[in-house]
Formats: sequence, C-alpha cells, structure tokens
Amino acid sequence: MCVALPGRVVELNGTKATVDFSGNTVEAEAGLVKVKIGDRVLVHAGCIIQTMNDAEADELEDLFREIEDIQI
Amino acid sequence: MDRLQEIKDKLKNYNGETVRFMEVCGTHTAAISENGIPGMLSDNIKLISGPGCPVCVTVTAVIDKLTEFSMQENTTVLTFGDLIRVKGSKYSLADARALGGSVEMLYSPMDAIRLALEHKDKNYVFAAIGFETTTPVYAMVLEEIIKRDVHNLKLLTSLKTMPQVIRWVCKNTDNIDGFIAPGHVAVVTGSDVFKQLSEETKMPFVVTGFEGAQLLAAIYALTGMKGRTGIKNLYKSVVTPEGNLEAKEAVEKFFEPCDASWRGMGMIPGSGMRLKSEYAQYDAGSYGLDEDHMPPGCSCARVLTGEIAPNECPLFGKKCTPEDAHGACMVSTEGSCYNYYISGRGN
Amino acid sequence: MKITMAHGSGGASTSELISNIFAKHFKNEVLDRMEDSAVVPGSSRIAVTTDSFVVTPYFFPGGDIGRLSVCGTVNDLLMSGAVPKYLTCGCILEEGMDMDDLDKIIESMAATADEAGIKIITGDTKVVEKRGDFGGIMINTSGVGFMPESVSLSPAGCKDGDALIISGNLGDHHAAILSGRMNIKNEIKSDNAPLGEMVSALISNGIRVHAMRDVTRGGLGTVLSEFANASECTIDIYQDKIHVSPAVKDFCKMLGLDPVYMGNEGKMICVVDEADADKAVELIRGAKYGENACIIGNVSTRDNGKVILHTGIGGERIIGPLYGEGLPRIC
Repeated sequence: MCVALPGRVVELNGTKATVDFSGNTVEAEAGLVKVKIGDRVLVHAGCIIQTMNDAEADELEDLFREIEDIQI
Repeated sequence: MDRLQEIKDKLKNYNGETVRFMEVCGTHTAAISENGIPGMLSDNIKLISGPGCPVCVTVTAVIDKLTEFSMQENTTVLTFGDLIRVKGSKYSLADARALGGSVEMLYSPMDAIRLALEHKDKNYVFAAIGFETTTPVYAMVLEEIIKRDVHNLKLLTSLKTMPQVIRWVCKNTDNIDGFIAPGHVAVVTGSDVFKQLSEETKMPFVVTGFEGAQLLAAIYALTGMKGRTGIKNLYKSVVTPEGNLEAKEAVEKFFEPCDASWRGMGMIPGSGMRLKSEYAQYDAGSYGLDEDHMPPGCSCARVLTGEIAPNECPLFGKKCTPEDAHGACMVSTEGSCYNYYISGRGN
Repeated sequence: MKITMAHGSGGASTSELISNIFAKHFKNEVLDRMEDSAVVPGSSRIAVTTDSFVVTPYFFPGGDIGRLSVCGTVNDLLMSGAVPKYLTCGCILEEGMDMDDLDKIIESMAATADEAGIKIITGDTKVVEKRGDFGGIMINTSGVGFMPESVSLSPAGCKDGDALIISGNLGDHHAAILSGRMNIKNEIKSDNAPLGEMVSALISNGIRVHAMRDVTRGGLGTVLSEFANASECTIDIYQDKIHVSPAVKDFCKMLGLDPVYMGNEGKMICVVDEADADKAVELIRGAKYGENACIIGNVSTRDNGKVILHTGIGGERIIGPLYGEGLPRIC
C-alpha cells in the first residue's frame, strides 16, 4: 500500500533533504529521522521514513541466511 | 543463485497440505502480479490479497465529501493519483473534475504546503488517506502548516491501522494460514507489532520487501512455518523490532486512535486514526464519514477477507472491469481484483 | 507580444500572424502559393492519417508540441509502410499565448518536417478565448504518404517464429512530461523523433517486416495486445531484454508506474521474419534514434492471442492493454 524507494541524501538544509534516485531528485522532509549527506534512505510520499542500515543490505545471501532453518 | 533456484523448485513442487497466505499490503499485491509469482507456486500454495490498499478500503462517504469540496467555489482537492477514479455513492473525483470540479494530483502531501503558500487566495483540501506509513507524513504536513501559519490547507482524513483489521480478518475467516506482513508499515511500527499478532492469532508472520526474491523467500518461510506462531524479518535494512520511534511520536502528537469504517467491511473498532480535538481547525470535516454504499452484487468485502477469490465475485470481468469498475478493488492498481484481472489470473 | 482574439478574426491581424510566423518557417513552393487548397501530384496508393496534439507544458525536456505534432503523424505513416510526403497543420491558439513561444513552436515544426523529409503544404489557425486550462496551443496534423507497391503491413501479419524488435528504451517521453507535473527533477528527455531512417533502412535492405507500430500512449503493453488479438498469435516477451534507463526505472518505481505502459514518441516495435532478426537489429542500431534496438521476444501459435511477459525472477505475467489513465500510485 505504501510505495517507498531507497535513495541517497545529496543535500541537507535543516529538515529538508534532497534525495537522489538514480538521477531523479526530490525534496524530501527529513523530520522523522536523523540523516546526513550520503545516507541511504527510504522515502515515502515525499518524506524520509527510515535510514537504511548498510550492514543489512537485503542481499540474497542475507535473505537466505534468515530462512536457512526452514524446510518445506 | 543456486539457493534461489532451490526455493523456486520447492515452491513449485510443494505437495503438502494446501496453505493460504494473505499479503496485507497493496504494494505487495502489485509486486506479486508484476513478478508473476502466482504461476511460480504449486497449486497447493494460494495467495490472498488483504485489505491493505488504502484506496480500496476508503468508504463512499469520504469520496462523496471530497467530490463535494472539489465542486465548491475556490476550493481544490489535492490527492494521490489512484484515489481519483474511486467512485463515491455517485461520482468519483474524476467525474467531479469532468463536471467542473477542481482536483489536483500530487506526489507528496508536502507539495500541498507549497501550493497553499503560492495561492493564498485559494482553499485546499488534502485527501489524507493511508496506513501507518503515511500518517507520519501527514504529521509533518501539520507541523509545517503550524510553523508557516498556513490557513488555506486542511486535511480530510481517512487513516487506518493494520493490527485491528488483521485481527478482524482472523476472526471472520479461517481460510488463512499466515501473513506476509506489510513491509513499509513495519518500517514505522516495527516488527514487534507482528510478533504480538502472531501470538494472538497463532499464525506465522513474515515481514519482507518488494523484490521478487524477497517475496518468494517470504512465501517459502510461511509454508515452512505453517501451524506455528513466530515471525521472520526479511527486510532488516529498514525494519527494526521497535520501528521508527520519531515517526510514532509525531503521529501521537497529532492523532489518536478511533473506530473506522472500511469499505464493504463496516465499522472496525480502534482501526483508524483521527486528528486530536486540539487540532480540529486543520480538519476539513472528517468526523462521521462512515456511510458506505456498495454497488449491488459487489463482493469487495468477501474478496478483501479472502473468503472468495476475485474471480468468484459475480461481477468480476462482467459488470466490473478496470474500465468500468464497480468495486474499489478493481479501481486501484493495488486492488486485488484489478491485479487478478490484468494478470489474467482466474481466466 | 501575445495572441489576441483579433489574430483569429480572418482579417489583417490573421494575415500578419500567418506571414510573420507560419509562412516564415514553413517555406515551400506548394504552401507559398497560399491558395485555398494545396494541389500536389499523387500516387496510386496513398496512406492518410490525422492526429491532434495537446501537451502541458508545450515546451518539455527534449522537445515541444511542434516537434511532437510532426513526429506523431510522420511515424503513423511510416508504420503503415508509407513514405511520408505531405503534412497539414491546424493550430488552435489560446488568447494570451506568447507570440515568441508560438514562433519557436512553429520553427521547431518546420525543422522536424525537414528532418523527416515531409512537406507542410497547408494550414489553418483559429484563436479561442482564454479559459485557464487550455494550455496555450493545440495542433492537428494530417499526413499523406505514398505506399510502395510491394509493401503490405498489418498487425494481423505476425507469424509463428517471428521476432519482436523494439527500437530503444521505454518510457522516456512519459517520464519527461510527468516529472515536471510531479515536481521531480531529473535529466530525462522526451524521445520524440521521426523514425524514417530506421524504417527505410529495413525496407530498402529487404527485411521481411510483417508488422510495425510506434509505441505511443498506452505503451508497449497496449500495442502488443492489439498485435496478439489481430494475429491470434501468442507473443512472448522477456523483461530482462526490455531496456529502460536507470533514471526512468527509478522514476517508475517512485510513482508505482509500469514501464510497459509508459508512453513514448520515438520508439517502434517491429515484427520481422525470424531469419532476418539479427540483420534488422543491426540496421535499426545503425539508423538515427535506434542505437539501443534489441530483440525482446517472439511470436508463436502455441496459444491464441495472449501476450506473456517473462519476468526477471522467472515468473510469467499476462500483459493486457493499459486500463484507465495510468495514474501514479503513491499510497
């Protein structure tokens, strides 16, 4: 229900961030989470709703590790 | 990836007891269709699209109120794109626009502030629909409205929350064996909410993202966890156990829980959010918009609870098509009927 | 200077507008006669098409309504296998439109017509009262093309084994237009372009082309659905082979849009005999605007009238025509 996409903060002015998505930039509200330039962030409807934890990159290997105890 | 292939093979060849999982989130519904996932599963694994498309669960009274605003002198309704086509008891916002109403589509509610400041002589109403992910965005809009002293922008809210409706679904059907938890709701609420729900409903919950592999992994995990309680978080880069505390705080500042009316499903206690009375001046008149006129024969509610598949509705593909949608589930590109129809499922 | 109602009066102001802008840019021996009808030599078989153009804003990244109104009609002629010859230009202007803007648009039309090798031989201008949401200018163009004797193209001509070739990336025009409206900044440019060079390369090199279509509003999904219906063939396409630029891909994801249904103004899909497919791709790539051409799928008689998209993850999805307006989905 909630389209959100990871982008990168390229500019920061108070709680207004400019976030880049492969060459598309939007002004996003950064009041809900602490961000700095260079952070990967999740943006929903013009608002940063979370910073992305780079240690948890959602790579396929991480995904499989999470479910390695499961058999069907 | 060999492991991915192994998961695909196991999901295709699964011949255990039939399992049914509900993806609650509309963006998951759309991603499942886009990736062609239903065809990758054994006939014994079924996916049911739940009530997680905010457009699909908005009652006709809210649409009616919005169309009314759009026709008012000097007033513009601001909205996300796909709400425009949803019919109220008589008209959709698209119909209202054709009749001379003023409706504009925005990417972000934050853009509404800019519009309101640029055109101080006009009145704006934002159609504030959404779930836990979007409510914090409206809290930010309210912060700005107050900070910048904006007098010509109000919200018409129809905000909903997930836990109560999931409980409602579980109470009203025994067709479900587990849930793909809404990924971006979980970003805000945290995964612990679903842990609690799992214990209450005695069903497994898997939080996951929106890529094909993430969805397959979630379905695989749920199949393995059938009959057990427990949660898995496959979206750890953005979903933590406690969620986004600042966002939750921002929501609590402006909003409070309330009973909410869901399209086709009726009133569900404690399943909505409304502006607190001290912020009533920013509300465009959201209280009491509970009426819901379902077109005759429309089975949206039974579809949304997984009681029937979209193509089992008597209107599906006959009277109700994406071009002439009767129920809201056929209107939104996240709707379960729409996705069934366009991807040829159920033909 | 602005357009006024007097410019549509049919009197002196109209003549002035015609000579200062239209006649200045559209110079050729037929139009210059300024007669009631353009009289031109014909051919035994002609192709005729008409199209109207409305776009807000009328200048957009990578193009403008003038260029668009030539490309759209020229490409429609080309897709029937015709050689574009003559174009008409009907303009409806809104009172208050900036005269310099009109000059630029008409200049752009003339330049695009030159590029496409088509002559603008007659035209008309009217002015309507300012009404707020008109957008300044609407253009109608009708095109006439000559049909070579040997050419016969139709979506019904798709045959078992045929290859589907797309002339480049999807979605650029749609994303360029929508970016401005949704307040998203990027470098995405409209792909509006006349496709004559690639089409004549295919025809003159004897490629056995069975059907062609420019992929405009409604996107690839809508065109292929029409092909599948008309030919009663099944069309398989592969997501991994369909090129979408990274910027357009993310733009679509931001708004919940599907590149398969995004509009384009300078892309074509052509269905060619299997044996000619690689040669055809090479020819299109060698032509202007075709550098990213590739084979995206094939035609079979395995099933009736279906389009199947094979997704990156290994699933299958049925592709129908675009339903509704293709509105951004945010929530």
